[in-house]
Amino acid sequence: MFYREVGQYKTSYAADQALLPILQDRIGIAVILLIAFVAVPLTASNFALDSVLIPILVLSLAATGLNLLTGYTGLLSLGTGGFMGVGAFACYKLTTIFPNVNIIFLILCSGFFAAAIGTVFGLPSLRIKGFYLAVATLAAQFFLSWCFIRIPWLYNYNISASIEVPTKTLFGLAVTGPTASSTTRYLLVLSIVTVLVLMAANLMRGRIGRTWMAVRDMDLAAELIGIRLYQTKLLAFAVSSFYCGVAGAMMAFLWLGNAESESFNINQSFLILFMVIIGGLGSLLGSFLGAALIWGLPIVLRHAPAYLGLHIRSATVDQSTFVILGVLIIFFLIVEPHGLARLWQIGKQKLRVWPFPY
Amino acid sequence: MHILYSIFVDPFMQMAHAPDLLVQTLWDGLVSGVLYALIALGFVLIFKASGVFNFAQGIMVVFAALTLVGLNEHGVPAYLALALTVVVMLVLAIAVERAILRPLVNQPEIILFMATFGLTYVLIGLGELIFGGDPKVMISDQLGLPSGSYRINMLGGYVQLQKIDIAAAIIASLMVAGLGIVFNRTRIGRALRAVADSHRAALSVGISLEQIWVVVWFAAGVVALATGIMWGARSNVSFALEIIALKALPVLILGGFTSIPGAIVGGLIIGVGEKMGEFYWGPLVGGGIESWFAYVIALVFLLFRPQGLFGERIIERL
Repeated sequence: MFYREVGQYKTSYAADQALLPILQDRIGIAVILLIAFVAVPLTASNFALDSVLIPILVLSLAATGLNLLTGYTGLLSLGTGGFMGVGAFACYKLTTIFPNVNIIFLILCSGFFAAAIGTVFGLPSLRIKGFYLAVATLAAQFFLSWCFIRIPWLYNYNISASIEVPTKTLFGLAVTGPTASSTTRYLLVLSIVTVLVLMAANLMRGRIGRTWMAVRDMDLAAELIGIRLYQTKLLAFAVSSFYCGVAGAMMAFLWLGNAESESFNINQSFLILFMVIIGGLGSLLGSFLGAALIWGLPIVLRHAPAYLGLHIRSATVDQSTFVILGVLIIFFLIVEPHGLARLWQIGKQKLRVWPFPY
Repeated sequence: MHILYSIFVDPFMQMAHAPDLLVQTLWDGLVSGVLYALIALGFVLIFKASGVFNFAQGIMVVFAALTLVGLNEHGVPAYLALALTVVVMLVLAIAVERAILRPLVNQPEIILFMATFGLTYVLIGLGELIFGGDPKVMISDQLGLPSGSYRINMLGGYVQLQKIDIAAAIIASLMVAGLGIVFNRTRIGRALRAVADSHRAALSVGISLEQIWVVVWFAAGVVALATGIMWGARSNVSFALEIIALKALPVLILGGFTSIPGAIVGGLIIGVGEKMGEFYWGPLVGGGIESWFAYVIALVFLLFRPQGLFGERIIERL
């Protein structure tokens, strides 16, 4: 009833292959973008921007990157945190070496450094698969973490061994550093994420995305129909790491304002993997839903006792948060192993047939 | 030239000059290898029988040790606390089977892997809620574990062997031998191996999967308890121990996910390789390479044998 594609005839190949072939989808995306770009900056508080929306957007981008690799190509990776770190430290070095270059350009450039490193650590994927590969990517994670501590050149020989983000301006407005307003940073993050995710969506419906999915579904069969596993897998690692690298650079420059090795440790990798799996493997929407849930849930849990008027020690709240988070993860996996994205698909089907049951 | 010298010549010169130090390093490596092997053993047990990559094994080690120490702190005598902890691990195994494995049967591996992550969070939270987050001292004296060390004069120097390490090695070998007997000689062990070979075939000859899973998770829990006691006796019992689970992963890929001898041999190789690498080659790059060197060793082995040293040969069919 509400969401019906009946009567929307496609009269050309271009229309058939469009990114959003259904009118309701186009309207929906337009409304979401309008809200995100106009309504949110006008109304949201600094707290909402700084500790909810910017983190969710940045983590969504990282989750998108991992989803390209794990969800679409079927290569399980636990090195996400390391690749994000490469992006962040590369961006820091680039701003030091080229202080006058546009910061957006540098953030995107640092993604290429992450892509290069990701490709190198993707090399074992040609020989090994599944959980063996996951453990091999842990090597990347630990090695990179070690580099971020032991190579002082990366953090410009700071005593604090951390990235201290310099103030950069864009059209006379401070966008990074302590003086940048939350709204500016939010808009910049949102723009970069929107563009990159649109690119990912386009990548997925083209030749490259299809070869990735073929490799995921059965790599032996994919090889037999003429897909070069070698290049396909490495390309997946490169593109995925590019996204993670950009996310890492944004995390350091536009979200935290400073970052150290600890920000990109193994727990970060696991967190992103959670988001991808809870959100839905092989779904870009899922990356966003997963990031929102995994990031939002602890915030809600932490503030819930205060709203309900209960007085519980903060340590107890933290520990209970852990338990509840764990139980909810298991619960979500049992109820919907295909992730939140599948729930949205089911919802769409319901909207399609409403008010009839089927 | 100088770099090549310091990589390929100098460390071996050091070994030749101070053989007692070499023996000490080897011994330290073997001891930590035994502990890695024990954790890997827990992983392998569960992976073989249920195909679950149990990330929670590391936290089960901590949880078991915490329960033991926590019970003792509340005035329960040491051996009774030990027995009670075994009961707790049994309850945990039953709970895991009921709440996680049964509803998620036949789901993709990665979903089950994720579910064990959820379990990790639950156990971390529960452990801290019940027993507090401070590091605790393992009750090794009450349990009758030896302390102190032997000093052996040899090779123009001396080698120091901690008694607790020797005890750990003995207990580990007893446990592996025990598991070997259970696997090969008893009815339930044969059922376990049948399930490991094929879930469906095992079901069709009347083996109860649920029961087997409980048994396996319980066995992994007991292995975790032993590991926790040993590791806790060397350092404190705290959630920092969780990190050793990550150390066991390269052991797993080196030995193969499904092989018990693989876990043992892999553990020893990783333990020795890690200590030797840290001691002789670590200073070249500024030290602290222990965190990733094990993975590099495992990766090198993997490039030649993608299924691990003892893993079953991977046969792919269309």
